[in-house]
Amino acid sequence: MSDDCEIMTPTRRAVLGAAGALFAWSFVPRFAHAAGGRDARFVTIVLRGALDGLSAVAPVGDPDYAALRESIALQTGGTDPALPLDGFFALHPAMPNFARLYKAGQALVVHAVATGYRERSHFDGQDVLESGQPGPGRVETGWLNRLALALPAGERVSPGAAGARLLGVGAVAPLVVRGRAPVLGWAPPTVPRAGEDLAARLLDLYGQRDPQLAAALAAGLDTERLARREGMAGERLAGGPADPRGMNQIAEGAARLIAADDGPRIAALAFEGWDTHANEGGAKGQLANRLGGLDNALASFERILGPRWKDTAIMVVTEFGRTARINGTVGTDHGTGTAAFLAGGAVKGGRVVADWPGLKESQLFEARDLKPTADLRAVAKGVLADLFGVSAPVLAADIFPDSAGILPMRGLVA
Amino acid sequence: MAVDHLPYLALSRFGLGARAGDGLAAAGHDPKGAVLAEIGRPTSLDAAGLLATPEALRELDEFRSERAKARQRAEDARSEADRKAREAAIYGPPPPPPPLRNPAQDIYRTEAERRFQAAQDAGIGFAERLVWFWSNHFCVAAAKGQSVRITAGAFEREAIRPHVFGRFADMLLAVEMHPAMLIFLDNRQSVGPNSRAGERRGRGLNENLAREILELHTLGVGGGYSQADVTNLALAITGWTVVGPFDEDNELGEFHFNANRHEPGAPTVLGRAYAQPGVAKGRAVLADIARHPATARFIATKLVRHFVADEPPAGLVQRVAEAFSASDGDLPSVYRALVEAKEAWAAPLAKVRSPQEFLAAASRALDRPPRGPQVLNLLNGLGQPLWNPPGPNGFPDIAAHWASAEGLKTRLDVAVQLSRQAGGIDPRERLETVLGPAASHETRQAVARAESREQGLALLLMSPEFQRR
Repeated sequence: MSDDCEIMTPTRRAVLGAAGALFAWSFVPRFAHAAGGRDARFVTIVLRGALDGLSAVAPVGDPDYAALRESIALQTGGTDPALPLDGFFALHPAMPNFARLYKAGQALVVHAVATGYRERSHFDGQDVLESGQPGPGRVETGWLNRLALALPAGERVSPGAAGARLLGVGAVAPLVVRGRAPVLGWAPPTVPRAGEDLAARLLDLYGQRDPQLAAALAAGLDTERLARREGMAGERLAGGPADPRGMNQIAEGAARLIAADDGPRIAALAFEGWDTHANEGGAKGQLANRLGGLDNALASFERILGPRWKDTAIMVVTEFGRTARINGTVGTDHGTGTAAFLAGGAVKGGRVVADWPGLKESQLFEARDLKPTADLRAVAKGVLADLFGVSAPVLAADIFPDSAGILPMRGLVA
Repeated sequence: MAVDHLPYLALSRFGLGARAGDGLAAAGHDPKGAVLAEIGRPTSLDAAGLLATPEALRELDEFRSERAKARQRAEDARSEADRKAREAAIYGPPPPPPPLRNPAQDIYRTEAERRFQAAQDAGIGFAERLVWFWSNHFCVAAAKGQSVRITAGAFEREAIRPHVFGRFADMLLAVEMHPAMLIFLDNRQSVGPNSRAGERRGRGLNENLAREILELHTLGVGGGYSQADVTNLALAITGWTVVGPFDEDNELGEFHFNANRHEPGAPTVLGRAYAQPGVAKGRAVLADIARHPATARFIATKLVRHFVADEPPAGLVQRVAEAFSASDGDLPSVYRALVEAKEAWAAPLAKVRSPQEFLAAASRALDRPPRGPQVLNLLNGLGQPLWNPPGPNGFPDIAAHWASAEGLKTRLDVAVQLSRQAGGIDPRERLETVLGPAASHETRQAVARAESREQGLALLLMSPEFQRR
């Protein structure tokens, strides 16, 4: 750890002050935000398997960090140093694009954050994260779908080519977009795409014999055309959503679809493989590879969205964090608090938002996990309030039920 | 429906489609009789070498303890390295743990392959369709964790298959007492608040399984139960658990009634108090719920929706529910009422094959049983991952869900791949074998005019007559 950390380390008080200011903004009457009828894009990336927030955004200024993380602790010097963010936190070296966006004021981190779920099952944790409900077991609809229902029709969010303002990437749309509002489905092909000639012949046959199948196939081919219009070759999914190449491919496809004027505006995708119980790696290794995949995916969104990037916010979230201390197989087990990322031209970035709880045993949640000091729902609610102008009562009742006590974290989005 | 279409209808609506070998002849001159003849006939699943649930859970436990030992060894080595490093002031990297293979994925794959082989071997496939129907009705989801993934196939073989031609009450009991279900819906952890364990440790009730029993397995939403009924059923089945690794008196991985966790007293469910001792209490509640009129209606509605129409004809539902009640839930009687109904043979083919059904039908038509890894990959791609529905309510059973834009497009891609692998088949001849007189003029023309055999086969597999049932 470098010597200047002591001077740079923000005290808990100072961080609290910054967060307090953020919360104070939520009491300012809402008006003229998103002025000029911004045509916003909002993307949620779910990292399935529980991201180790302490490795992604390392609290290198915390005196207990290095001892807890031993051989996988990120270093501020030497080869592959972590990328400095604010002197206290440093970003994993596999994420240079995020660091660049951070410097440009277009990316931020919320740290020591968690959903309301306090147990350690991936299955239930993801259900809570995606359903937006206070607890597991209610999995009929996701919060992005309820957002789409809450937004006024035809305003800001266009209905898109297939009548859907929502895009769900994957063979099965992620729970977060499922529900009553129509969802456009897209996935990188898992088998080679059928040729256009065959598709045309089949569409012709359906047209003569089966209107329901004809309509569905036509919509599917439309989506593919939309995805291809800006040069997507329809190549097969490379390695799947846990593979860095697969992540980038998924991101490119999603970006092309939401970039289109007649495409959906709200998208959900999921990257997998974050359950790093063994050989997690430090600056290099398993987690580094996946963080690199995520980093490239964000850069692809920026590149493909082009002029629309300025109205875009991408939120990267995971079901829970991992243990503060590494385990016997140089990995980490299921934990609680973690980090969330926001990136996009609409983000008021260049900062790490955290009420840092500390890493001493007495400061850890159940003496093992990073203690959550912010609720992920507050982050999401703040973004939705600022980006789409969703009112607090709708956020607290419809989108994140029973969350009136969790105030939107305003000002994360310009 | 024209008379010469009936063999095709029997195979599509009630079965898994015509096979290349026997074609429409499998449904013979008496299609209805052929479907009825499969009722009560044992299914042909080859279970040789497949692990029973306790064996599978023991394998998982062994793997976990080996892994824990490996971690401990690594930990010890690290402490040793620490000590040496302090002595030598050199910090060496910790030794990597040895690779261990998790048995769950292998078992899952083998189970998948045997299941699809059974579908390949079935005559008409009505029995397999029924197994799949019940497996989705009483679903578990592999995403819950390794212990469900490793037992999902065994669950279907142990709790569903043996009772498909038995009584509903027996299947219900087998399902709710099966370790996979007790794990999936958390009853394993449920503790009666006034039980010995509850008083000692302050742990509590988990209502998850009880709620889904009433809402999804028996009475259905609106079936006339209250929150109190849910709680009281949950109390009645406290102590229904699975033997864990530290219980030395019992066989690991088996159902176990833990009296220490069982809530004392006589809970009231649907107006009736149950004072039976121990495990008999929960069994008595389930036996009564199984023969409740709401259960008969709910099961009849789901069966008719599955086999006949998204909007089940009310008269048919009524008759099937009556057969259920009159026979006290004797499932063959219920199926007969369904198959013998006029509506079941007159309704248009408006349903769409689910991805599983499509894959099985395509494999039968092409005479190529799919292998385990391919089955799992294709089902993932098509949006119906095996034994892994998005929630405890299973996969949706309506045409619009499977005829989705992305779903149909992926189906086309899969049809092309399967046709490529099949190779050398004349699509016009195969059309005659699997569709026969039911093939429309347009489909015949599209297949005949295809630019290649592969393309012709893909068009056959994607034709409305092949997709609908």
